[in-house]
Amino acid sequence: MNPDRPAVGDRFRRFRAGRRAGEELAVPPAEFTSYYGRPILKPPVWTWEIAAYLFTGGLAAGSSLLAAGGQLSGRAGVRRAGRVAALAAVTASAGLLVKDLGRPERFHHMLRVAKPTSPMSVGTWILTAYGPAAGLAAVAEVAPLLPRRGPLGLARRALPPVGRAAGLTAALVAPALGTYTAVLLADTAVPSWHEAYADLPFVFAGSALASGAGVGLLAVPPAQAGPARRMAVAGAGLELFGAHRVEGRLGLLGEPYRTGRAGRLLRAGRALTVAGVAGAVLGRRSRLVSAVSGVALLAASVATRFGVFHAGVASARDPKYTVLPQRARLDRRAAEPGG
Amino acid sequence: MADPRSRPAAPASSSAPAAGAADPATAAGWVDAPPRMGFFTDTSVCIGCKACEVACKEWNGVPTSGLDLLGMSYDNTGALTANSWRHVAFVEQPRPAGHATGSFAGNPTGDPAGAASAARSAGTTNPTGTEPGVLPGQPPVAARMTEFLGMPAAGPPGRTGSAEERSDFRWLMMSDVCKHCTRAGCLDVCPTGALFRTEFGTVVVQEDTCNGCGYCVSACPYGVIDRRADDGRVWKCTLCYDRIGAGLTPACAQACPTESIQYGPLDELRERAAARVATLRERGEPQAQLYGHDPHDGVGGDGAFFLLLDEPEVYGLPPDPQVTTRDLPAMWRRAGLAALAMTAAAVGAFLGGRR
Repeated sequence: MNPDRPAVGDRFRRFRAGRRAGEELAVPPAEFTSYYGRPILKPPVWTWEIAAYLFTGGLAAGSSLLAAGGQLSGRAGVRRAGRVAALAAVTASAGLLVKDLGRPERFHHMLRVAKPTSPMSVGTWILTAYGPAAGLAAVAEVAPLLPRRGPLGLARRALPPVGRAAGLTAALVAPALGTYTAVLLADTAVPSWHEAYADLPFVFAGSALASGAGVGLLAVPPAQAGPARRMAVAGAGLELFGAHRVEGRLGLLGEPYRTGRAGRLLRAGRALTVAGVAGAVLGRRSRLVSAVSGVALLAASVATRFGVFHAGVASARDPKYTVLPQRARLDRRAAEPGG
Repeated sequence: MADPRSRPAAPASSSAPAAGAADPATAAGWVDAPPRMGFFTDTSVCIGCKACEVACKEWNGVPTSGLDLLGMSYDNTGALTANSWRHVAFVEQPRPAGHATGSFAGNPTGDPAGAASAARSAGTTNPTGTEPGVLPGQPPVAARMTEFLGMPAAGPPGRTGSAEERSDFRWLMMSDVCKHCTRAGCLDVCPTGALFRTEFGTVVVQEDTCNGCGYCVSACPYGVIDRRADDGRVWKCTLCYDRIGAGLTPACAQACPTESIQYGPLDELRERAAARVATLRERGEPQAQLYGHDPHDGVGGDGAFFLLLDEPEVYGLPPDPQVTTRDLPAMWRRAGLAALAMTAAAVGAFLGGRR
């Protein structure tokens, strides 16, 4: 493609890019040049708040789906637990997102525009639609506690139908809330996030479902928790399938998902997911085992989200992950006929 | 190249269209836009004086980054940051520039800076007042590069001593800057509309709108835009939007004593650059190459492009940058599929219970 570029073999002074001690390489150490070993990209300025939001956003989405299922299938306990968890998670999400801004007092500037090219803008509007609906659905759960007479009595009668509509609205938006965060990460120059764009949404969707199921297992008696158990199995399957592809199909860019802190977190997440699903299925008669399984699924989701987050940061910090895939792309293009 | 976002006229806060085919200012909604302006930085005549860095700071009121001696080379700026909108990279190579003049044996004769100081400076820098700012390098690599260092001697180390003791050596200097991409990732992902496309086709941050979300920092394929720590907002080169609007030359180009930084209409600059690279190759500089000039590259061509004397990564530039939003439609499709799977799983979980 670029005739100005001499053959790769002409380049000189390359450096071994291999890492030492403790980090095994699935790909042979490649050679490349860099500017004093400094990263080319700026790693994300996002801190733990964003990784935590990936979890709370997913938890809200999974919980709303659980709540809507409980609502439609007449499982009051499941519905109540889902709605309350969704409100708590979406409230935490908003707080985390605002806190991570460089200028938190300007959070409302997000509402100036609606830009489909910016997943963060899309996410802002998803949250704007989802938040009030999830909130209203949760507030409707206080209706039975209100007095039967007076103005509050009116609220007592009005809230349940409002809550039903709001709960269904929240559940309708929930899948978007649970998956857009994958696009948020992938739509960056961060190599290991960007190249994982095809599979990250499935990891996040599965993780969201599993954490929502965790709420169900934790909050309701095993007799009512059948749907939550099935949701846990489906979510875990989706998540493990996606994670397997992320780690396996990206070549060099899968390495940050397998090594270092991200690798440890993702392995822990996988173990907790498997343990949580096994506990949920095998311990279906025991309230205690079910609850512990629920906690394991929630912890698995936290570990997975932080693992994916740190893998991206690690890939941006090492120039190897920027230069080598781009060089390979150029070489492929040069090898094409007429290129 | 198939462009998923090509529309006749996008809103001003949105992206540029197809691979450099149209003028980005017109595509962003400007009517009767002036010609696209840009920089051509010819590194073959850069002398590393850093007048551009100083002039930029002076004119734009960019805060100091403190006194930070990186101890590896004459580059003590380290990288483009929120507080350094021009960065003069400095590379020392044990190779002759131009014609092969016969290879001289041996290493540079000057006192090397030493691997120890290189390792230290690769791992630690003073706070630059920006986040993430100048990132630490890798000590082994930095030490490797300083094998050839002539510092603190004043002259090129290969040139000291008698002819017999001379070694092959060259200095590469390059004034880096925001590339003002035709398809700018930072602009595409900005959720507040703080980043916008000017009538000159450049990309500028409106500091009264930016809320410091940091998305642009991750979206830039060149690692240019950066957040100022005490301020919380992102900052980068504006191509002196205030000056060029008044018909003036940007401060860095005005200050450059060797015309290494050239400012003008992009079409003219591209012609000039093509002629210059041809001249250099004719004179025996086979590695002379243009970088960012091609409207068909992954970012649709840069508004600020370069003539380099070695591969881009030697200067800390990505060899084949791509705008991340090029794959955005595919990303949304995959997310949509995952959302459907999520819905189906939830529905299945509850319907399964009925039976």
